[in-house]
Amino acid sequence: MTRHLLSAADLSRDEATAILDDADRFSTALVGREVKKLPTLRGRTVITMFYENSTRTRVSFEVAGKWMSADVVNVSSSGSSVAKGESLRDTALTLRAAGADALIIRHPASGAAQRLAEWTAEPNGSGPSVVNAGDGTHEHPTQALLDALTIRQRLGSVEGKRVVIVGDVLHSRVARSNVQLLSTLGAEVVLVAPPTLLPTGVATWPVTVSHDLDAELPGADAVLMLRVQAERMNGGFFPSAREYSVLYGLSEKRASKLADHAVVLHPGPMLRGMEIASSVADSTQSAVLQQVSNGVHVRMAVLFHLLVGAGTAEVNA
Amino acid sequence: MSLLIEGVLLYGEGEPVDVLVVDGQIAEIGADVTAPEGAEVVDGAGKVLLPGFVDLHTHLREPGREYAEDIESGSAAAALGGYTAVFAMANTDPVADGVVVTDHVWHRGQQVGLVDVHPVGAVTVGLKGKQLTEMGLMAAGAGKVRMFSDDGLCVDDPLIMRRALEYASGLGVLIAQHAEEPRLTVGAVAHEGSNAARLGLTGWPRSAEESIVARDAILARDAGARVHICHASTAGTVELLRWAKEQGISITAEVTPHHLLLDDTVLESYDGRNRVTPPLREASDAIALRQALADGVIDCVATDHAPHADHEKACEFAVARPGMLGLQTALSVVVETMVRPGLLSWRDVARVMSEAPAAIVGLPDQGRPLEVGEPANLVLVDPDASWTVTGADLASRSDNTPFESMTLPATVILTTLRGKVTARDGRSPATGETAP
Repeated sequence: MTRHLLSAADLSRDEATAILDDADRFSTALVGREVKKLPTLRGRTVITMFYENSTRTRVSFEVAGKWMSADVVNVSSSGSSVAKGESLRDTALTLRAAGADALIIRHPASGAAQRLAEWTAEPNGSGPSVVNAGDGTHEHPTQALLDALTIRQRLGSVEGKRVVIVGDVLHSRVARSNVQLLSTLGAEVVLVAPPTLLPTGVATWPVTVSHDLDAELPGADAVLMLRVQAERMNGGFFPSAREYSVLYGLSEKRASKLADHAVVLHPGPMLRGMEIASSVADSTQSAVLQQVSNGVHVRMAVLFHLLVGAGTAEVNA
Repeated sequence: MSLLIEGVLLYGEGEPVDVLVVDGQIAEIGADVTAPEGAEVVDGAGKVLLPGFVDLHTHLREPGREYAEDIESGSAAAALGGYTAVFAMANTDPVADGVVVTDHVWHRGQQVGLVDVHPVGAVTVGLKGKQLTEMGLMAAGAGKVRMFSDDGLCVDDPLIMRRALEYASGLGVLIAQHAEEPRLTVGAVAHEGSNAARLGLTGWPRSAEESIVARDAILARDAGARVHICHASTAGTVELLRWAKEQGISITAEVTPHHLLLDDTVLESYDGRNRVTPPLREASDAIALRQALADGVIDCVATDHAPHADHEKACEFAVARPGMLGLQTALSVVVETMVRPGLLSWRDVARVMSEAPAAIVGLPDQGRPLEVGEPANLVLVDPDASWTVTGADLASRSDNTPFESMTLPATVILTTLRGKVTARDGRSPATGETAP
């Protein structure tokens, strides 16, 4: 890993495993503490730049930074000079000049995090660490890390597990990062979607592709349901929300085909009833809230690795 | 005013000869031509003399976006690239959809005097695809508009396109189509393939181009009209052009230097300079385009020179304006992709960069043979030199070259427009602009 986390492909198997291990350590270190505060990042400034709406990602980065005693500043596109038409490059240089040690960016344009890392690099190679918190339809690497952590906690390991990813792969940064990371960690990935929601070129990905969810569920160790955006529902990419739900929704009946040990994940926000039945989302097989908790611990581990450095994995409690 | 080019190879062939230019024409060609008193003498030893290049596709941004380019800076870039005539596309502000704008472009080009700037008129009013422009009045104006295009946008309505082709045929003017079915390219910023899929960039399928090429070939057939396809970018377009020409359809096509040299693997950097319309395709497409240019299925090279300011490129990829500089690098890219691999001879370069484009638009004084009595629209090329592209050093107002830091073969030593030197050793005399 460089000093940035822009793509899940930046992570080797050892690096990804080290982050997951540290996430577990942070989790343990915080258990039962009345005051959730580690001094790890005291004096460091972490700035989040959210150009899209987000609840769990923004909150979990902010909480992660605060639990490690970093100074966390949030910038959003409304209420900042972005609303006055400032370019992303100028905003980034401004935040660098203001003393950011890490920039966490969520942006609607694919590649925005990578460009940000280039623009904020000093000629000598220093500059803030950039973490991609979701760029357009490209990647969302910390989501993949928290999904992998959740699978590992539930199933003991990721290697050799069969993970079925269901839904709008075409527009999903979560799917792209998960395909990269799960492959790196040795899982077998199956994508299930109608052909209209799979990208041209998916044949070159390290996955198998299916259009039949029922056929894939019995052999699955984990099922990752993707979000479907409202504007894609009626007539554009598939005929109707109703047909989508019938063919690709995780109903209670369909979930009964899963093995007992299989875990159900969803990055949220969930469309209950359409993507996933409420009873499934709230069942013991569902890891939706565990994903959120893991999100904080994974982001602590990522900030730790980027700002303090791997190899010093002694969690300073 | 006279000029003697000594010991040069015409079309890179045969024995070295001296070429004397007097009063804007080639006055003498021979083994030992004596320079008249006061003649400027240029050493042509080891150099190649070609007819001045003709570019059917440039964007000079005047009027409207002079911060990115204007007719003066674009003319300097053209002269330094070996061009003696360029066609300036109509997507200016205001749009060149009437004789006032097209005549302005022509007059301003003549005032600058470095290259003949031929205005391209819009096909439809305001490039809106609804109503035909006054093509006849533009053709009859001082700018003598010979080509009409809504370039940047496709004339996608099949009925409007049919009428445009029919109407243009009566005036003897050319319709040039930017082939892009807009419903297939909603939000598209990159070639639809495995690279765009991985990078999360909305894909622009080959079918968006090919479906329009096929449609327009058939419309041209039935109208008995001519149609020109701008910036062909896919192997499938090549097959359609081959088919259409075999049917006897009056269809011609151009290819850009960047589609000959680059492919979509460069998108990995998300650098906005690589965003262009149509998008950079796959290596297999570039190979097909090179072969088609060699075979004559694609008639000519056109740059689609499209200057954009730094702030329009140094941004998110999907926000970056599409387009690339091309005038000063076109020859070198053609040499790199076509001459070096043996696909084209220097005589072929004269065909695809000068004679064929001049013939497509019917320019009487360009793309002429290198013979006594012909207009001295000439370019002298050093085939053995090489240079490293630096956007900031190019004559354009903008520096959005996709070839930054690349070392490319061949340089322009001299360009003359009707005998007047418009570029010499990387300098454009009228403006003092420098370039490699």
